Amino acid sequence: MPIYNYIVLAILLFCIGVIGVLTRRNAIIIFMCVELMLNSVNLLLVAFSKMHNVEFAITNPTLASDAQIFVFFIMVVAAAEVTVGLAIIVMLYRNTHSVDVNFLNRLKN
Amino acid sequence: MNNTLQLVWLIPFLPLVGFLINGLGRKQLSKALAGLIGSGVILASFLISVFVFFQVKSGNTKVVTFFKFINTDSLHINFAFQIDQLSSLFLLIITGVGFLIHVYSTSYMHDEEPKDFAKYFAYLNLFVFSMLLLVMGANYIIMFIGWEGVGLCSYLLIGFWFTNNDYTDAAKKAFIMNRIGDLGFLLAVFWLLTKIGTVNYADVFSAVNIAKLTPADITGITLLLFVGATGKSAQIPLYTWLPDAMAGPTPVSALIHAATMVTAGIYMITRSNILFTMAPFTQSVITIIGLATAVLAATIALKQNDIKKVLAYSTVSQLGYMFVGLGVGAYTGAVFHVMTHAFFKALLFLGAGSVIHAMGGEQDMRNMGGLKKYMNITHITFLLGCLAIAGMPPFAGFFSKDEILGAAFAKNPIYWIVGVLTAFMTAFYMFRLYAMTFLGKFRGTYDQEHHLHESPAAITFPLITLAILAVVGGWINIPGVFMNGGDKLEQFLSPIFAGSYAIVAKRELAPTTDYTLMAVSVLGALGALIFAINKFSKYEKTTVEETGFGKVLENKWYVDELYDAIIVKPLKKLSTFLNNVVEKSGIDGFVNGVGKSVNYGSRQIRLLQSGQVGNYVLLMVIGILILFIIQLFF
Amino acid sequence: MNPANIWITFPELLIWFPLLAGMITLFIKNDKSVKAWSLIATIITLIISIGSICYSADKYFYINNVSYYWLQYLGASFSVGLDGMGRILTLLTAVSFPIIFTATYKNEYKNSNLYYALMLLTQAGLMGVFVATDALVFYFFWELALIPVYFLCSRWGGEKRIQATFKFFIYTFLGSLLMLIGIICVYQHTASTDYCKHSFGVQAFYAAHLSHTQQSCLFWLFFIAFAIKMPVFPFHTWQPDAYEQSPTSTTMVLSGIMVKMGLFGVLRWLIPVFPLASIKFGSIVMFLSVAGMIYASCIAMVQDDLKRLAAYSSIAHIGLMCAAIFSMTQIGIEGVMIQMFNHGINIIALWIVIDLLEKQTGVRKISQLGGVAHKAPVLTILLVVIAFANIALPLTNAFVGEFMMFSGVFKFSAWYAAVAGLSIILAAVYTLNMIQKVFYGQVNTLTSTIKEISWNEKLILSVVVILIIALGVFPQPMFDITKDTVAAIVTRFK
Repeated sequence: MPIYNYIVLAILLFCIGVIGVLTRRNAIIIFMCVELMLNSVNLLLVAFSKMHNVEFAITNPTLASDAQIFVFFIMVVAAAEVTVGLAIIVMLYRNTHSVDVNFLNRLKN
Repeated sequence: MNNTLQLVWLIPFLPLVGFLINGLGRKQLSKALAGLIGSGVILASFLISVFVFFQVKSGNTKVVTFFKFINTDSLHINFAFQIDQLSSLFLLIITGVGFLIHVYSTSYMHDEEPKDFAKYFAYLNLFVFSMLLLVMGANYIIMFIGWEGVGLCSYLLIGFWFTNNDYTDAAKKAFIMNRIGDLGFLLAVFWLLTKIGTVNYADVFSAVNIAKLTPADITGITLLLFVGATGKSAQIPLYTWLPDAMAGPTPVSALIHAATMVTAGIYMITRSNILFTMAPFTQSVITIIGLATAVLAATIALKQNDIKKVLAYSTVSQLGYMFVGLGVGAYTGAVFHVMTHAFFKALLFLGAGSVIHAMGGEQDMRNMGGLKKYMNITHITFLLGCLAIAGMPPFAGFFSKDEILGAAFAKNPIYWIVGVLTAFMTAFYMFRLYAMTFLGKFRGTYDQEHHLHESPAAITFPLITLAILAVVGGWINIPGVFMNGGDKLEQFLSPIFAGSYAIVAKRELAPTTDYTLMAVSVLGALGALIFAINKFSKYEKTTVEETGFGKVLENKWYVDELYDAIIVKPLKKLSTFLNNVVEKSGIDGFVNGVGKSVNYGSRQIRLLQSGQVGNYVLLMVIGILILFIIQLFF
Repeated sequence: MNPANIWITFPELLIWFPLLAGMITLFIKNDKSVKAWSLIATIITLIISIGSICYSADKYFYINNVSYYWLQYLGASFSVGLDGMGRILTLLTAVSFPIIFTATYKNEYKNSNLYYALMLLTQAGLMGVFVATDALVFYFFWELALIPVYFLCSRWGGEKRIQATFKFFIYTFLGSLLMLIGIICVYQHTASTDYCKHSFGVQAFYAAHLSHTQQSCLFWLFFIAFAIKMPVFPFHTWQPDAYEQSPTSTTMVLSGIMVKMGLFGVLRWLIPVFPLASIKFGSIVMFLSVAGMIYASCIAMVQDDLKRLAAYSSIAHIGLMCAAIFSMTQIGIEGVMIQMFNHGINIIALWIVIDLLEKQTGVRKISQLGGVAHKAPVLTILLVVIAFANIALPLTNAFVGEFMMFSGVFKFSAWYAAVAGLSIILAAVYTLNMIQKVFYGQVNTLTSTIKEISWNEKLILSVVVILIIALGVFPQPMFDITKDTVAAIVTRFK
């Protein structure tokens, strides 16, 4: 299967994520959209690592797995982010009874 | 034998010592002591000058070097004095007349507080010091030191009574006008330095160095030097300070503004006579300016009522004569006139001072009259002075004026006509002054009449001495037509002018022409003199204001007003404009504007930080897209 | 004497001693002791400086310098040295400070130990600028001299001090940064040394291989820094404000010594490094300087504030010095050398008189004063001498310098000299106006309380006046000191 299809899929996912972040005001949905973007990048990384250096990968499987390690890192960081982010959103909800990000401009001025 | 001239440093040094003693000890010294020191040092200088003069007369001239003033790779200037015929003659005039005026001052300034009295003598000594530097210097720098030094002393002495604002204004005006001239002098010196690389007289006037100058250079240098001379010697266009300078004490007017300082310009041009002889264009300029000044000042003097103002304009006019002499190449004539003028003009000023003293400070001639019977010595000496300045034979002024006029005729008869007309005017206004002051009946107040008295000996002694000199002073240079070999001054000074006469030979008039010219000038002056006495000996005070041309003359041709309108006021406006508009709004406005615009810009950019997370994300996405597009297409 | 035997040299002493003295000042609590100590310290510095002139082991610049390892990997070293120009300017710095401290001995400052410490720090910075023979060291001290002055003005200055010092600081700092860029650019073109590819040493800078275009660009980076410091028209507007608002003793340092940093910079780091560009742009700089002279003189004529008058008069004088440098003539540069010293002395003396007047009457407005001569004749006499020195009357110190500078300008162009000469006349106008309005005339209510100055003020002003006249009559020693430096500079552009 050509790499092209993976790229298109990743771009589509990423764009959905971006549009979601831009258009939605609900913090949780925004959060999910951010995750979507991260995962689209993960997908791309995995695809690239699989498709790149295919010949060498057959003889030496460890050679082409660098990007997959990155993916693990990203997943770990995303998990950490989710814990902190969700905690913030919960605190936010407790304080404002809303998860609308437009209420979050209190730091201004 | 030459070693004796090493002592010349004493001549300026003694007045300097006098200045220091009087200046520093002005609170301790009594009046008598201050006067004694002040006059004593000048007398000592005079005696040394006499000695030096006889040394020079016996052919002992020398450049005496004391130390290296500036000695660098590009400039070598020695602190050196040049003792020759010209400087020794000026030394005699300065210290001689200077001494008499110091003596006179001891009495004239007697009403001052002791410390002011000492201060006055300190200034006067400083002046003599500077003037001596001016004439003794062996290069243009030393001359310039003296040149500015006398300007400073003139400033200090005109503004001696500094409480009065008009006086300090006059002092300021004198200094600034002199500075304008000084700039010309300096530029000429720079020009010489650039072209020749030296300012020593001996080097500048050597044939090798003069050959380095193109005719344009010489004309330029001489014109600039002449600008310097117009400032110091009160010629058009820089003459207006001299009449105002009469604000100073009268002896100061006699010494600085009649006998010595104002002749500095003539000295400088005679010193550089070779350069001037080689620049015919400059010579014509000098002649024309000299004549114009002589006529202009004489016309103004006709209508002045302040006794000192008349004398001041007369000085300007006589200085004009001297410049005519320089312009037509009669260098001896000019120096001769400097000398005789120093005698009779100092005499007239001192006489006027004596009158003012007796009148209790009154200077307006309309309030005088009939002083003949109260002040006999003053009257007779003053009359002798008037006759001398009017050019009556055999008084001093006759010989010197005749020499200049004769040379002017030889050059161009029109010069002579203008000159002789001025001479008639001179006779007229001098005898108008004489008649209004000494003849007729007294027109002052009762108090003044009661107070009238002959002045003390300290005043009359200088008057008598100067009167004798004003009579006999001319006899040292009797024209050849009268007495063969009578022109002793001419012979004495001939080494100085040898270079000039080698270029342009001295023109001699035929004896008959000479006699005719003399007769015309003497008779004309005599006529003017008699007319003036007749007209003004019965002068009555009137309240009728002058009209027409008389008013223009009385207001000095409105020259001061003209300068005020075309120079002073526009300059002031320009400065205010520069200060308020260009400086504050323009340059500083720009500088502050840069700061302000940064401030303003930041305030605008700050608005982008709205606090809306969505906005930030949107901007971020837009940014990424732009980078993307750039990456893809460029 | 074997250089190895000397454990400290004069240039180092000149830097470290004021610095150390300043540090010590910080720990003295008593106001009187602070003043006394600072005065003694500056007098010791003066003695060191005189010693450096009398006992210079060698006349030549590059033997009398020392160099320590410092930032070796960059090619910089802490190298300092004294040549003729350095001697003259360190002497000026050393002479000025005792004069300033004595003249302002009676002025009271809040936190006086801090004030005097900063003053001494400034002195150390100035000394460093004048002795540095390494571009990085030069830059370091250039900034070191600036920063204490910023604090001095902003803490002890007049009403609008924050504004004025801010402007002053930003302005000069902008220049400094441009210069830093310039220094780094030149550095890139210097030859390699044993330790590093490039070098910051002054000799390396002189030998740098710069093309004509590079010189032309870099010239302006340096020139703007120096032009702001001097200041040259039209970079001068920080100056009147800063002078007006600073405490007087700081103003004296600013106008007497700091402006010389700019001139010094031009003579040491600009013309010898970029001789071609200096000749190429000489006429532009000349035009700015001469225009600035006339411009500043005109503005000085209509100033009513004594401090601003002195400030503009100073701009005019500096303009002449700048013009003389860029006339690229030996005579002009010789004149600048001695005029740098003389101008410093004269302007400081002028400030002292202004300070005395302000202390007694509380005003600086010319129009409000009058008749001071009746009340304080000694002050008047001293002021008249100082004022006439300011307008370069012969036999005062300024005459010789101005004469030589003008002849340098004349050699460059007669017209420039003629126009610049107008400032001689204008200087007479504003100076005499000032004397007339402040000292002559009638006493008014404001000036009727003026008393004659006290003995220490008399003493210090008399010392200055004697210096003025002595250097006016015998300027030769100054020429002898600076002779070699001038010759070295002249060979760079010939």
